[in-house]
This record gives sequence, C-alpha cells and structure tokens, in this order.
Amino acid sequence: MAATSMRLQAHRLACARGERQLFSDLNFELQSGEALWLKGRNGSGKTSLLRLLCGLGRPLSGEVLWNGTPIQQLREDFHRQMIYCGHASAVKDDLSAWENVATAGNLSGTACSREQAVVALVSVGLGGAADLPARSLSQGQRRRVALARLALEPLPPLLLLDEPFVALDQAAVQTLCRTLNRHLAAGGMLVYTTHQAQALQARRLEQFDLDQLTSC
Amino acid sequence: MLNALLLVIRRDLLLAFRRRTDVLSTLVFFVIVCTLFPLGVGPEPELLRTLGPGVLWVAALLASTLALNRLFGLDHADGTLEQLLLSPEPLVLIVAGKVAAHWLISGLPLVLLTPLLALQFGLDGQATASLALSLLIGTPALSLVGAIGAALTLDVRGGGVLVALLVLPLYAPVLIFGAGAAVAEAGGGAAEANLLLLGGLLAGAAALAPWATASALRISLE
Repeated sequence: MAATSMRLQAHRLACARGERQLFSDLNFELQSGEALWLKGRNGSGKTSLLRLLCGLGRPLSGEVLWNGTPIQQLREDFHRQMIYCGHASAVKDDLSAWENVATAGNLSGTACSREQAVVALVSVGLGGAADLPARSLSQGQRRRVALARLALEPLPPLLLLDEPFVALDQAAVQTLCRTLNRHLAAGGMLVYTTHQAQALQARRLEQFDLDQLTSC
Repeated sequence: MLNALLLVIRRDLLLAFRRRTDVLSTLVFFVIVCTLFPLGVGPEPELLRTLGPGVLWVAALLASTLALNRLFGLDHADGTLEQLLLSPEPLVLIVAGKVAAHWLISGLPLVLLTPLLALQFGLDGQATASLALSLLIGTPALSLVGAIGAALTLDVRGGGVLVALLVLPLYAPVLIFGAGAAVAEAGGGAAEANLLLLGGLLAGAAALAPWATASALRISLE
C-alpha cells in the first residue's frame, strides 16, 4: 500500500434530509493510518455522512475530496480505493455464504476464488457455514458474512463502516478490531460509526460528535 | 471490463435459478393470457389467425412489465445495489449485464414458447417464424427500456403499478413495429421494413438505455 500521500478531505459539507438540515459546515481531513469515529444519537446523520463520503449521496453543499480531487469526478477510480459496508448487509439470501463473499470480492475488483472466500469465512469464524445458504444464517452470522470481505487481501486503503460492531458477539468484535488495527497499522484509513467504544489503535483517532455540530 | 459484464450476468442467472418459481410465474402468466384469448373470442380460425400475432405481442409486453420489479428490486432491498453502484467497474456495464440476464430469464423463454402458442391461433409455419423473429428482436428492446422505468421507480411506494404506467407507453413503438412485422404478409416489403425499424429501435435502446438506467439508479439511491 503506497500509504504516504493519500488523504480524504471533507470541505464545508452540508447535508439535509427532507426539510431538516442534519449538519453544515463540516470539515475534516484524514490521512493514512488515521481513523475517524462518528458519534451521535439516532438520526443525527451518521449514515448520511458516510453515504456522502462514499459518493452514494450528494451533499447539499461542499465537497468530498480524495487526494485533492472531488470524488464525483473520480468515481470508479475512487471506488477502487475504498470499501463501504452499509446498514443493509448486502448479503444475498439465495447464495451460499462463500458465494456471497466471492461475488462481493469479484465485483469490488478483488479476484476471489472459492478457496479464498472460505479462508475469509474461517477468519471470521464461519468456516462451518460456508456452504449454507445465507437465508439460514442468523442476523449476526449474516453480518459476519458481510464483514468477511474485510478479510480478503488486498484491502483498499479506505474503509467506511456503518455500525460494524452491531449484532456481533464478543469474539467477532475482537477479530474485527484486530483486522482494523492491522489495516490502520499498514497505513489504511477508517471512518466508522458505532455506539460502543472499541479499542482501536490509530496514529490519530479523531472523534466527531454530530450532535454538537447540528444546526437546526 | 467484459469480465464484470459476464460476472453480473452469471450472478443474476444463478440467483434466478435459485428462485425458479419467480421466473416460471412470468412464463405461466404469458401462456395463460395467450390461452384465454381463443377461449374468449371463439373458435373461428380466420379471426384467430388475424388476432394471434397481436395477442402474443401484447401478452409478451405485459409479462415483461411484470418481471421488471425483480430487475433491481431485490438487490435494492438487501443493499447489494449500493455495492454495485460502488463497484470499481463502470456502472453502465453492470447495468448492461443485469439487463442481459433479465432478458435471458424473462424474454428468451417467451420467444421459445411462441411456436407452441402460435398453434393455438392456427398460425402456419411461416407466420410463426416471422412472429418468433419479431419477438426475438423486440423483447431485448423491452428489457432495455423497461430497465429505465424500473430504476426510476425503485424507491417509490406502489412502484409496481407506477412502473407499468411509466413504461407501457414507451413500449408502444416496439409493439407497433413488432406486431407489424409479424402481421404483415411474410416476405412482403412491409414486414421487412417493420423488422428493420424494430432492429433500429433495439440498436438505439442498446446504445442509450444503459446510460439512462445508470443515471436513474444514481438518482434513486441518493
């Protein structure tokens, strides 16, 4: 990972849902090895901000820059540099666990065979369920299938995770923390939302409380 | 790049195979609609022969509309569509792959069933062949145009009816030329002209619809 020059910047971002302004004039800069923890009560705009950062949503004003270029211009080039794990787990009921991991990997540009997918599933503790259809998995297990993507190498530099720890048991939370710490130590970047404090070791861990930014 | 296209097609075909009942229900709908007409109109051979191609075309149109909700609906519900939009592959290719798979699932079987249903209307070999040919060229155009409507109505409540209202008028040119090609005396100039126009529509839709669908998806998910 050429980790030196990468940076993600938000410049005077504003976002509204319907008539309600969620936040405005939001600025930050994230460099390699750094993590950003988005906090705030329900409905404060954490998910909306993450969607702005990955380019799914459009800001009311302001822009998101990747290495100085607006992500709307980069589009696919930016998508190659990131993984977004949203609220919906993006797990297909009709596919088996390993097929889900392999498809997600292949479509995000990381070639992934059955063996690699199974290895990824083993690393999140789902090795025994690799051939089961996702329909028969529990909520937490489906979440693990979604997060197994993070165990596929090589990982892109930027991870945007929406509530990654939800529905996971203690062991899975620890595995995920280890993965994220390894990623940060290798110079990756991380933006995540969670209500539980987790022990992540970043070069700089910035915390954003969206409640205090809200201007109504 | 082509890799992504094939990947999406394979994935959607696999998903459709795992949900065979959905695919079959569209087919059965097509067959039933086509079967109801001879029952309702009466058994006069001359009349049925005249009605046949038009009825099959309209039934194919409705069956195709019925299948549109599945094009993006399920992917939207489980969050996979977001991931497709964030893929490093061009969205236009992904959309093209999804539409191609959709046609293979919901359009091609209709074409293959046509000879069987043409029997009910007493169509002879030549008429059946030109009807099947017009459907073969026409149904991909239906899938392409329909995809735009399906993408636009993703997040709308009651999207099922809305997509039909939105898309059926757009299907009109395809229906006119398609049925025209099938009805006109086979071998005559009119049939050929209609068929060529239908081919033109397909080419135009193939060039433009994936771009329009990709933009519509981006707007719908914002």
